[in-house]
Amino acid sequence: MAEKTGQRETFGKVLHYIKKYWLYLALSIVMASVTVALTLYFPILTGKVIDLVVKPRQVDFPGVLAILKQMVIIALLTGAAQWIMNVCNNKMTYRIVQDIRNEAFRRIEILPLKYIDSHSYGEVVSRVIADVDQFADGLLMGFTQFFTGVVTIVGTLGFMLSINVAVTGVVVLVTPLSFFVAGFIAKKTFTMFHLQSETRGEQTALIEEMVGNQKVVQAFSHEDEALMQFDEINERLGDCSLRAIFFSSITNPSTRFVNNLVYAGVAVVGALFAIRGGISVGQLSCFLSYANQYTKPFNEISGVVTELQNALACAARIFALIEEEPQIPEPEHAAVLQDVEGRVELAHVDFSYVPDRKLITDFNLAVKPGQRVAIVGPTGCGKTTVINLLMRFYDVDQGKICVDGADIREVTRKSLRENYGMVLQETWLKAGTIRDNIVMGRPDATEEEVIAAAKASHAHSFIKRLSKGYDTVIGEDGGSLSQGQKQLLCITRVMLCLPPMLILDEATSSIDTRTEIRIQKAFATMMKGRTSFIVAHRLSTIREADVILVMKDGNIIEQGNHETLLQKKGFYAKLYESQFAS
Amino acid sequence: MKKLLVYLKDYKVETVCAPLFKMLEAMFELFVPYVVADIIDNGIQESNSDLVLTKGLLLVVLGLIGLGCSITAQYFAAKAAVGFSTKLKHALFDHIQSLSFTEIDTMGTSTLMTRMTSDVNQVQNGVNMVLRLFLRSPFIVFGAMIMAFLTTTPGEAFIFAVTIPVLAVVVFGIMVITMPMYKKVQAGLDAVLGATRENLTGARVIRAFHKEEEEIEGFEAKTEILANLQLMVGKISALTNPVTYVIINVATVVLLYTGAIRVNDAVISQGELVALVNYMSQILVELIKLANLIILITKALACANRIESVFEVKSSMQWERQTGMGGLTAEQNGPGTEKATEKSGRSEEETAVEFDHVHLTYEGAGAESLCDITMKVKRGETVGVIGGTGSGKSSLVHLIPRFYDATEGAVRIDGRDVKHYGMEALRGKVGMVLQKAVLFRGTIRENLLWGNGAATDEELWEALEAAQAREFVETKEGGLDAVVAQEGRNLSGGQRQRLTIARALVGKPEILILDDSASALDYATDAALRKALRTLSWEATVFIVSQRASSIMHADQIIVLEDGEAAGCGTHEELLAGCEVYQEIYYSQFPRTPDGK
Repeated sequence: MAEKTGQRETFGKVLHYIKKYWLYLALSIVMASVTVALTLYFPILTGKVIDLVVKPRQVDFPGVLAILKQMVIIALLTGAAQWIMNVCNNKMTYRIVQDIRNEAFRRIEILPLKYIDSHSYGEVVSRVIADVDQFADGLLMGFTQFFTGVVTIVGTLGFMLSINVAVTGVVVLVTPLSFFVAGFIAKKTFTMFHLQSETRGEQTALIEEMVGNQKVVQAFSHEDEALMQFDEINERLGDCSLRAIFFSSITNPSTRFVNNLVYAGVAVVGALFAIRGGISVGQLSCFLSYANQYTKPFNEISGVVTELQNALACAARIFALIEEEPQIPEPEHAAVLQDVEGRVELAHVDFSYVPDRKLITDFNLAVKPGQRVAIVGPTGCGKTTVINLLMRFYDVDQGKICVDGADIREVTRKSLRENYGMVLQETWLKAGTIRDNIVMGRPDATEEEVIAAAKASHAHSFIKRLSKGYDTVIGEDGGSLSQGQKQLLCITRVMLCLPPMLILDEATSSIDTRTEIRIQKAFATMMKGRTSFIVAHRLSTIREADVILVMKDGNIIEQGNHETLLQKKGFYAKLYESQFAS
Repeated sequence: MKKLLVYLKDYKVETVCAPLFKMLEAMFELFVPYVVADIIDNGIQESNSDLVLTKGLLLVVLGLIGLGCSITAQYFAAKAAVGFSTKLKHALFDHIQSLSFTEIDTMGTSTLMTRMTSDVNQVQNGVNMVLRLFLRSPFIVFGAMIMAFLTTTPGEAFIFAVTIPVLAVVVFGIMVITMPMYKKVQAGLDAVLGATRENLTGARVIRAFHKEEEEIEGFEAKTEILANLQLMVGKISALTNPVTYVIINVATVVLLYTGAIRVNDAVISQGELVALVNYMSQILVELIKLANLIILITKALACANRIESVFEVKSSMQWERQTGMGGLTAEQNGPGTEKATEKSGRSEEETAVEFDHVHLTYEGAGAESLCDITMKVKRGETVGVIGGTGSGKSSLVHLIPRFYDATEGAVRIDGRDVKHYGMEALRGKVGMVLQKAVLFRGTIRENLLWGNGAATDEELWEALEAAQAREFVETKEGGLDAVVAQEGRNLSGGQRQRLTIARALVGKPEILILDDSASALDYATDAALRKALRTLSWEATVFIVSQRASSIMHADQIIVLEDGEAAGCGTHEELLAGCEVYQEIYYSQFPRTPDGK
């Protein structure tokens, strides 16, 4: 029941999208009705002609010609109506797809990071791409098929009844047989299809594993074993595929056979009536062509119902994404952070990703403008979380974070983030040229500025060696660049726009220590006069910080500079020694 | 597609029988209008009820025979198609495994995976449909024409002879026009997909640079392009049905007109005219089926071509078929004695691994990744490889098991060029631990056995011990039989690295290579690992690639790489004294203290 109301609700939302194109919908429905009516009328005219052509020397040529003229006109009209219907449907379908995708994308851009972090990318992408497509195909195409199907059935029935009741009876009585046959086969094949898709999934997983890690397979000369493993699944899949495909392919011949029964029935009963003069030969021929057409929409409609349900399920998934709670909107007159000095305060901050698992509790920190804050601690201690909060990727549960005295929830996100330069451990580059990626923060930068920034981050020398230098196109997520090179580009990106505050989260983790030392020098110049937050595993990179926050289990357990912390012989000292003890 | 057809070879009977039975079915279908004509001419006009009934029965019988034929055909078609794809997948998997790293790099594993899964499925579907329908539809179309010839005069049949080609031109013409457009549509969809993915993976950066609005604009431009392409293609392909409908019906009108004249002249009967009209509508139905089939076939063909292009990529590496042949040792050796021969051969050779003026340029790369590397490594030595990001450290060690071929110069193991080894023999000698710690779904034991399928539990534990993994494996539920999830996702990075090291150790390789594979280990574990490697139960030459000076400083020989060139080679002390690059690396990690230590 709940599923039913859910479907109805989804359908309501779908209607909302269709509303914009109601004109096309209306036109499509009208044209569909016209098409069906004319298509059904055509055999009647054919029958009339045949009735005029009974015996030699008795053909009524003027009558024949008059009807034939009508037939040509009707054929042309039908063609035109059909085309207009198709075009309307296309227009509606593709525009709605576009609208839905755009809306979904807009939502993605304002979803809280929490949603993005906790959902697999593949899943979201498949909603925006595959689900939308399937929805459009299923729902809109399904709808037109359903509609024309029903109109055809009703129309045919009407035309048939108007000619002869008894012969119509034959058609109406025998046709449902095809329903039963199709339904019966579908039920039988369902389990086979299920088994097939399970086995196929198993095979895909193996392919993903072995082909995806082909290098390891080869390094261990494991090819033969892998092939054996593959073959075992492959054989099994072959067996169940054969069964699934064969049994499902019985449907068509069987329904066709039922169709033939209808045809034979109409021929016999119709002929018997014709002998007694109940109907004419032309009407019989008309009946026969109806008998051919009549079962088709039935078969289609039974397919359409499952397709519609599938489409609604897809639509529900898309709407779930579109209706996902967005990030907290900015207050109406949110201030714009300007001329930031770089004073950052965290006051009594509580935060956790999962409500019942506390992470950061009562976190206090005051950073003066230009100070360098290093955050260290073991994995999972909450270092990256601090950055998530500073950038307002996540909102604090309790307490507040202020920049230059302003609560960051009261300023625009744009101006807050604009004032931070961020380099993350997970390097991300967009598909495009190297230059596109570098100028992300400052699209108006000149060539000289770009090169200067690249030199400062030591990226220039490798960029220069790429086939097209700064114009080299890199694929999604950096493509062929090494992790270290990607990181250098991310650093260049920040070097170019130089905002008043910096966040470096493991910014040099994939770069060798020697290059790192050089970049550190560049960082040092960059950090001069800028408030900076540095997260690192490598203690060597943070030795020179003004304040070192040592974090453990979400809390700051020690605070001070390198020397004082070492003297303290606490957690930091232990961390430091573990790195250099050989 | 042609080359893929060999995989149908074993299904010759099915491949021939499926369309054959379909043709039989079609033949019986073609009789139907003929029988109906008989009913009209002889049953109705002669008022013969018995004839009507017997002919009606004949129609049912024809239907039954058709059903039998058709089901037989469906079975053969399914069997051939599934058998075909099973064999194809086997061959494709085998082929992919034979490719060298260079080809895997250029094609990308995700491409290969798509070829193996969805592409093969499409082709399977295509084969199935072709066997079922490709002969049936044309047969009905032409059969209808032939029946028209048989039942009536050439005059009427001529109408068919004109209509069919006109229809064919329209249907195929539209297809030819729209096909390339559909490709563009696909590209447009790919762009939309790419943008969506990018905005998920890069959500943080995009927001940090407040690019949301721009991204939305970019996305909407992409969906606009896509929708416009779809609409354009849609307008043309939407013509197919209406135009064929008009043509067929105009042909019917002409048929009726000439038919009327013929009936008037007593050349044909009324029933025959009805039969002709019926044939015409049969053609319409089949042509539409044929058009849909052709779309499916083109899709399948495109997939088949993509698969074929994978088959066309040949491994750029030629392997010696047998280890001994062409090598330095002239002794006859069968597979069993291979190892022994090499062992006896090697005792005379002091140098285990030698790089002789080696250059390496990757496929499609602009610059050399390795430049003139020369180095000799003695048996049992430990070699440290250090250098900056992208300096060529991995490239260097990847040449030893011959993952790639040197563009110039030679890499020799035990004095013999690696190109003159058999693949199994070479990879058996070299134990490689790759940078990316990859484990496979199964158990810990199954993963370790990759190194040597015949290893005993004792040997496995020995390897785990050396790899510093014994402790955590012991605490796992099931020990060696503890379950490893796909890609080892249920283990931490450090655990995965230690297991991959153990996996390599199980094979007791003569040469062990650790390609930056201890990066996730803490310093103490790393040190313990290095100590264990020095005291292995067999003599192993060890290569350690690392960015940490502490990991390699105790090596017998250290090679320092910079931009693919050897910036220095020697012991820690020698390098610290004379190699500027090494000094820089070292002091960046071990800062000079005031007392100069």
